[in-house]
Amino acid sequence: MKQNGDVRIGFYICHCGTNIAGVIDVDRVRDYAASLPGVAVARDYKYMCSDPGQDLLRQDIAEHGLNRIVVASCSPLLHEKTFRGAAEDGGLNPYFVQMVNIREHGSWVHEDGEYMTGKAMDMSRAAILRVQVHEALERKRVPINPAVLVVGGGIAGIHAALTMADAGKHVYLVEREATIGGHMAQFDKTFPTLDCAACILTPKMTAVKAHPNITLWTYSEIDKTEGFIGNYTVTVKRKPRYVREDLCVGCMECIEACVYKSAKIPDAFNMGLSKRKPVYIPFPQAVPPVPVLDPENCLHLKNGTCKDFCVEACGDRDAIDFTQEAEYIDIDVGTIVLATGFDTFDPARIPYYGYGKYPNVYTSLELERLVNASGPTGGDVRLPDGRIPERVAIVHCVGSRDEHYQRWCSRVCCMYSLKLAHLVKEKTGGEVYNFYIDMRAPGKSMEEFYNRVSTEGVHLVRGRVADIAPESLEPPSNGRIGRVVVQAEDTLIGRIRKIPVDMVILSVGMQPQEDAENIRRMFNISCSTGGFFLERHPKLAPVSTFTDGVFLAGTCQGPKDIPDTVAQAGAAASEALALIDRGYYELEPNTAYVLEEQCSGCKSCIQQCPYTAISFDAEKSKASINEALCKGCGTCVASCPSASIRQHLFEDEEIFREIHGLLAYA
Amino acid sequence: MSEKPKIGMYWCASCGGCEESVVDLAEGILDVVAAVDIVFWPVAMDFKRADIEAMPDGSIAATFINGAVRTSEQLEMVRLLRQKSAAVIAYGSCAQMGGIPGLANQKDREDILRYVYEESPTVENAAQIRPQRTHGVNGATATLPSFHGNVRTLDQVIPVEYYLPGCPPTPRLLAAAVQALLEGALPAAGSVLAPDTALCEECPRRDSKPEELHIDQFHRPHAVHIDAERCLLAQGVVCMGPATRGGCEAVCVQGNMPCTGCFGPTSRVKDQGAKMLSSLAANSAGEEDAAITGVLESIPDPLGTLYRYGLPASMLHRSLSDTNRSKEQST
Amino acid sequence: MNMQQPNSGEDAAWRPRIVAFFCNWCTYTAADLAGVSRMKYAPNTRIVRVMCSGRIDPQFVLDAFRHGADGVLIGGCHPGDCHYSEGNYKALRRYHLLRRLLADMGVAEQRFRLEWISASEGDKVKSVIDQMVAQLQELGPLDLPGRRADWDAELGENGEDDLTAGIAAEAAEEVSHV
Repeated sequence: MKQNGDVRIGFYICHCGTNIAGVIDVDRVRDYAASLPGVAVARDYKYMCSDPGQDLLRQDIAEHGLNRIVVASCSPLLHEKTFRGAAEDGGLNPYFVQMVNIREHGSWVHEDGEYMTGKAMDMSRAAILRVQVHEALERKRVPINPAVLVVGGGIAGIHAALTMADAGKHVYLVEREATIGGHMAQFDKTFPTLDCAACILTPKMTAVKAHPNITLWTYSEIDKTEGFIGNYTVTVKRKPRYVREDLCVGCMECIEACVYKSAKIPDAFNMGLSKRKPVYIPFPQAVPPVPVLDPENCLHLKNGTCKDFCVEACGDRDAIDFTQEAEYIDIDVGTIVLATGFDTFDPARIPYYGYGKYPNVYTSLELERLVNASGPTGGDVRLPDGRIPERVAIVHCVGSRDEHYQRWCSRVCCMYSLKLAHLVKEKTGGEVYNFYIDMRAPGKSMEEFYNRVSTEGVHLVRGRVADIAPESLEPPSNGRIGRVVVQAEDTLIGRIRKIPVDMVILSVGMQPQEDAENIRRMFNISCSTGGFFLERHPKLAPVSTFTDGVFLAGTCQGPKDIPDTVAQAGAAASEALALIDRGYYELEPNTAYVLEEQCSGCKSCIQQCPYTAISFDAEKSKASINEALCKGCGTCVASCPSASIRQHLFEDEEIFREIHGLLAYA
Repeated sequence: MSEKPKIGMYWCASCGGCEESVVDLAEGILDVVAAVDIVFWPVAMDFKRADIEAMPDGSIAATFINGAVRTSEQLEMVRLLRQKSAAVIAYGSCAQMGGIPGLANQKDREDILRYVYEESPTVENAAQIRPQRTHGVNGATATLPSFHGNVRTLDQVIPVEYYLPGCPPTPRLLAAAVQALLEGALPAAGSVLAPDTALCEECPRRDSKPEELHIDQFHRPHAVHIDAERCLLAQGVVCMGPATRGGCEAVCVQGNMPCTGCFGPTSRVKDQGAKMLSSLAANSAGEEDAAITGVLESIPDPLGTLYRYGLPASMLHRSLSDTNRSKEQST
Repeated sequence: MNMQQPNSGEDAAWRPRIVAFFCNWCTYTAADLAGVSRMKYAPNTRIVRVMCSGRIDPQFVLDAFRHGADGVLIGGCHPGDCHYSEGNYKALRRYHLLRRLLADMGVAEQRFRLEWISASEGDKVKSVIDQMVAQLQELGPLDLPGRRADWDAELGENGEDDLTAGIAAEAAEEVSHV
């Protein structure tokens, strides 16, 4: 073992208020550390991450000639940067710092203070042994390509794209549907202000289309992502829409002319409550205003037997192109904002709510379309039999806060349920019953909105709905749709209530997109419990991910309402802008390197590298590592059978010392 | 007193091959004999222990000890030779790493004795007689050395200056070591007197090894026709070459047999078997548990393959299922 | 099965020690999450952070046992989720071969474990460690440093002085700078 005679270690143990000191006897750990060879200074401090805490490091480096720092505090994932920075300010190479995680892996999870104090000593000893053989390392800088990719064209993606485009950066906005707008475009009014969603969204959509710095690709998906922060190469698949965007003027005459005289295909934008033709535009204000041809239903594309009236209608604009094929385009970007949004819970998973079984049981998103003036009923709330319902039940928390389905609260349902109650009441004049578990109204103007709706004559029943069943087993003879009875225990009066209604609205919660897993893998990020994308830190880095240069905006990270989504999109944009404007990113110098003289050229390492950073230098008959491609996983290091590949920051000797330190009896 | 440096040779738990390897020097041995004064070499010349005991401490320039240490007699002798020698050279795989006798560390002393004296198919010993440490014969007492619980490397019982690896060491390495000794040109104490690069560097088949290797089936050398030109690993034969120090000039590979690791690991490796395991596993095929275990099961005896010469020198040193201290399940 | 009752007599204070090698991106993060979530679990584990489970050299595992670990736990990202694409597959293959080697070495299989724990599975960190600690508690100490000292007792017989170059001494030397 290498002995470092001139090592002078500063050891610091943080109280973290009482977070650490409440469990671990920091004085004993400090005194123990002071007794270990190489330790020149050992201190404890209330909050090491505070400015005075960091100053302590800087002062001691100067006064005591420290050349190594060990900080026993929280997770290195949280504050390693902080203490490396402090050491660097003090004139020390930042890689002479080692952290000991005695909070997340210590005082927060273990209650036995005596044992934990001993374990903290073990862990500190490991770090003290390890840091002795640390080496000074240089951070490599990589330039940041100023172009940005935004994935998803809902309100989050739109806002992030506009923010960055306004700052002069080139933005690629990729949306898989034929139009941008996302879920917000389907909504009627927005709580708590009741302003119309389209009125506030469509100007932003057209601004995207018009912006010189935005390349908008709708009907497109991400196929592949390669590279790393500052230097991503993303392959975008542009699906064929069979209408050329560059030639179409958005006159919609092709839709009019289509051989399908009437619309026969369920319209996804209207939640299947209306029909469309094989050539269609999702909704009138779609951006871009270019129709799409649905190859499964278009007669020409299906069997080539159509009279092609659409081509005729298009005339010399010649925008219809049946020969279009999927196109794959590679773009180079430096940063990526993921704004892939959410999906709604499928209430058919809860059989006793009768969704899909009773025609008068709707989801809240279907209701959004029904109450919308541009929706299938022109804004009338009507049952399938054409009647205006007299009694309507709105069931909160469908699939949410439920161990069997989704444990989380989707945050928006209480408020949109009240909004729908208000709108239904306004449009039908009927009785509206809202069944809720708890009424959650945090945030600006939300409680006021709740108060307002509750004085409008809406019945608020506190109870989880246990059953929805037909009022009568016999269907009504007059062709009407029969009432259903909503049953719940009203927990405020302690009685079971059975309320017959004409219509039920299921307030479904938010869940991750069905293919969020693919996106997650493609961008190499993590998911939290439930499948929403995981932020780097829940409080301090809420829009960053563990993959540098990839940021999160909107509901792909977790349920949130429109104001929060927009705020987060702005935050993601500004994080990306901060990187772009600095122009470079410093890489962790944890790369692998070959001991050239010792390498036997056995080639065992070459295929270990997923980034093809290792090649065989045929002239020298040695392995050679391209440092720029190495990402520092260390797999080749572990695989080298003669230990002739090493890794900065994770040297064998450093890890062996850590193991010995952890296990040597105190 | 002769001015020629004094040299000793001794053997412990070994097969005798190391002793013979000295003869492999061929006519070169005459130069050696002329240059040095052999003061102790029980296999070839008649010396008594008392002769050694009478020598001043440190007066033997170098003693070459081969074989692992298993008995109290070996222990006594190597301690004595240590005391009398300026330098001790662990000669051959057994002294360096435990060698083939070291594989006995898979078993307890009791298991070994019982098998050898009672259970071996060729033994008839109904009375279950075992050798005793002491026995009275005609009024005198005969004493046998004790049989240790562990096979040990030489440096696990005495400090060792140099290591000459190999099973046995090659004449070229021995000649070079003697030359260096005579010239006072030996490297720093603790060194292995062989290159510190793995065998592949000098392997005539290196160029035939592909960069991509996904071994989906391992073969034992006797069970497959081995192409005499191609890298053995590329043919699915476990070759320890990548994890083994070079210097032997790939004699086994040149004989169309895989390297079995007798030169031990490079100085940067603490456990040869573990390192080879790491590389073999990483270069074999399979992503699902069943597929992976299917491939790896074609290595019938991982321990004997990976630690053929190095079990006592390995990190765990021996099997831990010994009954005297066992809380382990027998596996 | 030959298991003595642990925790009797002098062993009463014995608690198993596990060295855990966790990858930075999934399992180490999950252990942080368990902390942030204030989950309470058995404190017996000491975690070594590596960037990827592919970095875990089998030597690390053996070295931990050699220096007194009663169990070794490897934690990595789920298959298909590796931050570095495929390091965890290499870890898995090494694990399977090392498991067989350890079985041949007479090490009980409960002492060596590999678990895929994603960054969101703080609860799995807790359940895996709690379960492993319970199994090791049952199994008793591996205590390789102690065994080495016991083995080396035979080197001191025949009236000779105790050796200074024995295995235990060598093991002790490696931590002598402590």
